[in-house]
Amino acid sequence: MFNIEVNSNLIEAKPGEYILSTLKRAGIKVPTLCHLEGLIPSGACRMCVVEVEGMHDLIPSCAFPVSDGMKIKTHSARVVKARKTIVELLLSNHPDDCLYCVRNEDCELQKLAKQHGVIERTFAGEKNKYFLDMSSPSIVRDPSKCILCGRCVRVCEETQGVSAIDFIGRGSKTRIGTAFDEGLNISSCINCGQCIMVCPTAALRGQRYIEEVQEALRDPKKHVVIQHAPAVSVTLGETLNCKNGADVSGIMTSALRTLGFDRVFETSFSADLTIMEEASELVQRIKTGGTLPMFTSCSPGWVKFLEQFYPEFIPNLSTCKSPQMMLGAVIKSYYAEIEGIDPDDIYNVSVMPCVAKKFEAGRQELSNNGKPDIDAVLTTRELAMMIETSGIEANSLSPSIADNPFGERSTAGKLFGVSGGVMEAAIRTANFLLTGYELEQSQILEIRGLDGIKETIVQLGDLTLGVAVVSGLNNARKILEQIKKGRNDLHFIEVMSCPGGCIAGGGQPIKTDIELIKSRMKSLYYIDKSEPVRASHDNPYIKKLYDEYLEHPLSHKSHKLLHTSYSEREVLI
Amino acid sequence: MISNEKILNKYPDPRRENLIPLLQEIQELHGYVSRETIIEIGSHLPLPASKIYGVATFYNQFRFNPPGKYHIQICRGTACHVKGSSNVLDMLQRELKIKAGETTRDGMFSIEVVACLGACGLAPVISVNGEFHADVSSKKLQLILKQLRAKDKGNG
Repeated sequence: MFNIEVNSNLIEAKPGEYILSTLKRAGIKVPTLCHLEGLIPSGACRMCVVEVEGMHDLIPSCAFPVSDGMKIKTHSARVVKARKTIVELLLSNHPDDCLYCVRNEDCELQKLAKQHGVIERTFAGEKNKYFLDMSSPSIVRDPSKCILCGRCVRVCEETQGVSAIDFIGRGSKTRIGTAFDEGLNISSCINCGQCIMVCPTAALRGQRYIEEVQEALRDPKKHVVIQHAPAVSVTLGETLNCKNGADVSGIMTSALRTLGFDRVFETSFSADLTIMEEASELVQRIKTGGTLPMFTSCSPGWVKFLEQFYPEFIPNLSTCKSPQMMLGAVIKSYYAEIEGIDPDDIYNVSVMPCVAKKFEAGRQELSNNGKPDIDAVLTTRELAMMIETSGIEANSLSPSIADNPFGERSTAGKLFGVSGGVMEAAIRTANFLLTGYELEQSQILEIRGLDGIKETIVQLGDLTLGVAVVSGLNNARKILEQIKKGRNDLHFIEVMSCPGGCIAGGGQPIKTDIELIKSRMKSLYYIDKSEPVRASHDNPYIKKLYDEYLEHPLSHKSHKLLHTSYSEREVLI
Repeated sequence: MISNEKILNKYPDPRRENLIPLLQEIQELHGYVSRETIIEIGSHLPLPASKIYGVATFYNQFRFNPPGKYHIQICRGTACHVKGSSNVLDMLQRELKIKAGETTRDGMFSIEVVACLGACGLAPVISVNGEFHADVSSKKLQLILKQLRAKDKGNG
């Protein structure tokens, strides 16, 4: 530890850290644009420049290490002017269509311009003219709004290990694009949407299905049902002025009814169903010498990642469809049957924390003979917008509960929203299937928390299982490489594409940061602690569904409706 | 297609600094950098295709289409610029209905923009398969293209 002088005050610095980290700890705010917490600094945008005594040029604080006795000015006239010029230059070729922009009032460039008092055009540059890439079912790419900060490129490479996009060309013609400038739909993009979450402008944004859903709601012939995913109820509240992480399941359900949906179901119910099938599959694989370790298959980004980068591991992937697609399938079969509705008249909507779910909904492998089981996928962001547009004062609504037969869930199903949750839920049920008893200690603390790779050993009866929980696909690469090199102590691996799980998914509110992720996680674990039905096999409506329709896990009917298979995907990697 | 194996074997270390020499040698062999080539280099180094494409597009020297029978290099250096090479490029692109870096569908012509051909005294200058043409004007350009087309027809 040593001291540095910042704006004439002494503050403590740790050797080796970057100036920006020191400043942040001392509560000194320096604007940033290309900076991403936890990733290698690139120093590309120069927004964070500071004046260091004895140095001729301004220094990017994000990429320059502190040294003993350093004297820094963070807001001298020279620094502030330089920052303002940077913003003005970034605006010089920007489309300036803020009023028509999905990120209006939620844009970092806009904020910086305001902060630095940019009130007139200083530089009139030639505008960027690029094609809008609408090819992907999940992500829209609008390079004309791009300011080339490179955050998307870094998150795609460093966090996800995908590298679908990079800087292309040079000089004023530099842009972000895929190999050979092709559409995102045929690239190696896994649709996770982490690039959307880090984009400071609207150069990357989610595909929008609000209009399709509204049209279905207006159609009197359609029976419009909606399901909401476990991680949505603990984030939507942030857009409704609730406390961070607050569980707004009740008022969300009421709001969905007010919006006109005929039935509101919980994806957490079908998460319980997934667990029944997946735990049974795991037990069967162990007992019959099937392919191990088994990988979870609920995260569509992860599934595509495996199909294109590690096709040799496809047999390890659980054959279970994701909870979204399982519920879609039972809504258009069992539910349609008991309600006497023609499945073709059902319009199946889901609200997901994820943009990859939009891609998943259109997959042939997950359809019913070519007909999609899910008709439209909305993100948490889109739902927030629909609620706002319709003038619903969500906080004045009285909470209500979701509709049966898919409205009840165990807390295990709810845990699907967080990294480690699927594993914990699966272990509870696998133990019951193997021993006939409930786990004494059902909370498995070793696989909770925000670490990218979590491992533990669990004892189920006389069976010892090695399990690993991974989030962020670059971490998945590490585990897969270990297995390729011969590691064989793992039996079951949960993988979620987004770091921390669905609570940090690419469809969540843009302002998502580590503190918000923590509060969402806490909220889900609080639900698990405070409710009585804590294992999927104890959900009475799951029992009913098997008794009345599916017979038993892995039955012929289950296989037809709830399972699938995957194959190698040829893309330019 | 000629195999890239020999070239790849010259760089047995999977190090990213080998990328540019690899791209150069492979382009020299085939006349351009193909999709297949990028996949091959990608698995050799190993590097993602987007990254290789990103590096290759940073430099003017790499092209991604097979060169035409007549490969036209147009100089966009300072002297040529002053003498109106920007107009020459426009004319050429209009005349051949392709952009710089592309090849006509009949495989006859391709255009490449180069920073300087080192013949500033001849500005604006173009080179067709290595043969220089000085003082290029609209009229002269049309004449050159006409002659090349006629020559090709004559050869049957």
